[in-house]
Amino acid sequence: MTAIVSVKNLRKAYAGGFEALKSINLDIQEGEILALLGPNGAGKTTLISTICGITTPTSGTVTVGGHDTQTDYRAARGMIGLVPQEISLEPFETVFSTVRFSRGLFGKPRDDAKIDEILAQLSLADKRDNKVITLSGGMKRRVLIAKALAHEPRVLFLDEPSAGVDVELRKDMWEVVARLKASGVTIILTTHYIEEAEAIADRVGIINKGQILLIQDKAELMAQMGKKQLRIDLAVATPDIPAALAKYELQRAPDGRSLTYTYDTNGPRTGITTLLNDLQSAGLQMTDLQTQQSSLEDIFVGMVKEEA
Amino acid sequence: MNLNAVKTIYVHEMRRFWRTITQSLVSPVLSTSLYFVVFGAAIGSRIDQVEGVGYGAFIVPGLIMLSVMTQATSNASFGIYFPKFTGTIYELLSAPVSFLEIVAGYVGAAATKALFIGIIILLTAFAFIDIQIAHPLAMIALLMLTCISFSLLGFIIGIWAGNFEQLQLIPLLVITPLVFLGGSFYSISMLPPVWQTITLFNPVVYLISGFRWSFFGVADVSIGLSLLAITAFTAACLGFIWWIFRTGWRIRQ
Ligand SMILES: Nc1ncnc2c1ncn2[C@@H]1O[C@H](COP(=O)(O)OP(=O)(O)OP(=O)(O)O)[C@@H](O)[C@H]1O
Ligand SMILES: [Mg+2]
Repeated sequence: MTAIVSVKNLRKAYAGGFEALKSINLDIQEGEILALLGPNGAGKTTLISTICGITTPTSGTVTVGGHDTQTDYRAARGMIGLVPQEISLEPFETVFSTVRFSRGLFGKPRDDAKIDEILAQLSLADKRDNKVITLSGGMKRRVLIAKALAHEPRVLFLDEPSAGVDVELRKDMWEVVARLKASGVTIILTTHYIEEAEAIADRVGIINKGQILLIQDKAELMAQMGKKQLRIDLAVATPDIPAALAKYELQRAPDGRSLTYTYDTNGPRTGITTLLNDLQSAGLQMTDLQTQQSSLEDIFVGMVKEEA
Repeated sequence: MNLNAVKTIYVHEMRRFWRTITQSLVSPVLSTSLYFVVFGAAIGSRIDQVEGVGYGAFIVPGLIMLSVMTQATSNASFGIYFPKFTGTIYELLSAPVSFLEIVAGYVGAAATKALFIGIIILLTAFAFIDIQIAHPLAMIALLMLTCISFSLLGFIIGIWAGNFEQLQLIPLLVITPLVFLGGSFYSISMLPPVWQTITLFNPVVYLISGFRWSFFGVADVSIGLSLLAITAFTAACLGFIWWIFRTGWRIRQ
């Protein structure tokens, strides 16, 4: 696979000197769906804006399809569609004319049939001649998506596509995203919703304070999430882990009052029964048992907290 | 060159003009008619002739210039301010277009609208007075140049403006006085000598003078000087806009 978007040592400091991006390195593979997760102010929008040409990088390079976004901006930008986080639309234009405007602006010849096709895909066909101002918020977001798709981009950036969107529309949007992926479009979306990343992404990146903390295949992450933990509370604190229990790779709490065992729910045997037997043989007395499953959310919250 | 983009911006901007065509035309036509009634008929009847031209006819070029300059400036400044205001400028910034193409689209449309209004006013003038145009081609050329240069100025104002008040400030505070003091309704030679010299620092004098020359063959300053002034003004505006896009001043962080 080749990287369609390649970000190298990208830094962005805003006019006030605030460093919103600190040396970002990121390769986005052609045809994948990448979800960027991060708390408010992490730098997600700044990253997207810098790739798309809305803000200029302080240093570093970005290439899209091999074209540098600074020196060869026409070719680079022509490949990109952007759905901004804020709903920004001309209120008195009709849906159709605002989408047609986007297509023309990107240098594509007029093609009304194509625009009608895009509107139909986004269930906007019946709103075709309505003024933007008369649409609901969710509808407006669809118009933004239609505008971004009007010039048939190879790479689509969706900056928080599900903000202010109900469950129904979110499902619709995921379907649209799946269809676009099937047609070979690379999709980068930012979100606060972990379930959204889980539902549609191929890879998940976690960004905080202008840095990418983790970027990983979703399948690998899911495998990690398949791990469960069993916490065993002890009646009497143990100063160390008895040698007989070494094979379980237990973790001892600092106060010695509990032991934690990590196992794979997808494995053939969890090993819990033998562990409990061996515990008793070792003379440790249990008062309570708790199981816990780690989720993407835990990983995310854990990483972001560690940073703070 | 992304000609499709230029065309798209131009057509898009013109559509707004046609949508509000009555509004766009009624007010300049009405105010021009009022000027004719007040200055041409009421006051003009007591003024004999200026530079050998009847007063009613004498003020026509100045009146056209007054409207064209204000319209070009406000159209162009609003045209580019509006996307900033609604946030849709993100699209211009992320599109494969150069600064020249954006300027060509917005300024082209604003200049066309102003030209259209100038011609309508000229036609209205014909309804009131009998005028002969000595150099019709030069007249059209000067009118177009004025439309373009003041649209460029408007474009700069639209990018600079941070709110609607600022957007209206420059036309109100700068352009209207300059045009009124630029010999729209009188010949510079009618002023006391000191004021004649001061007036020569007003760029609008050269435009109105040149424009009047194209009508009546008489001018306050030579036509060559007028052309030079308007070219220099256009070049200055273009240079400034080029700088804006290079540095991203007020538009790109
Ligand atoms: N124009 C600007 N000038 C100065 N600082 C800015 C500007 N835009 C953003 N920032 C700062 O840069 C940081 C990153 O902002 P950004 O909008 O990229 O975050 P985000 O991850 O998109 O957040 P959210 O989830 O809230 O959309 C924030 O601290 C923000 O205050
Ligand atoms: Mg954001």
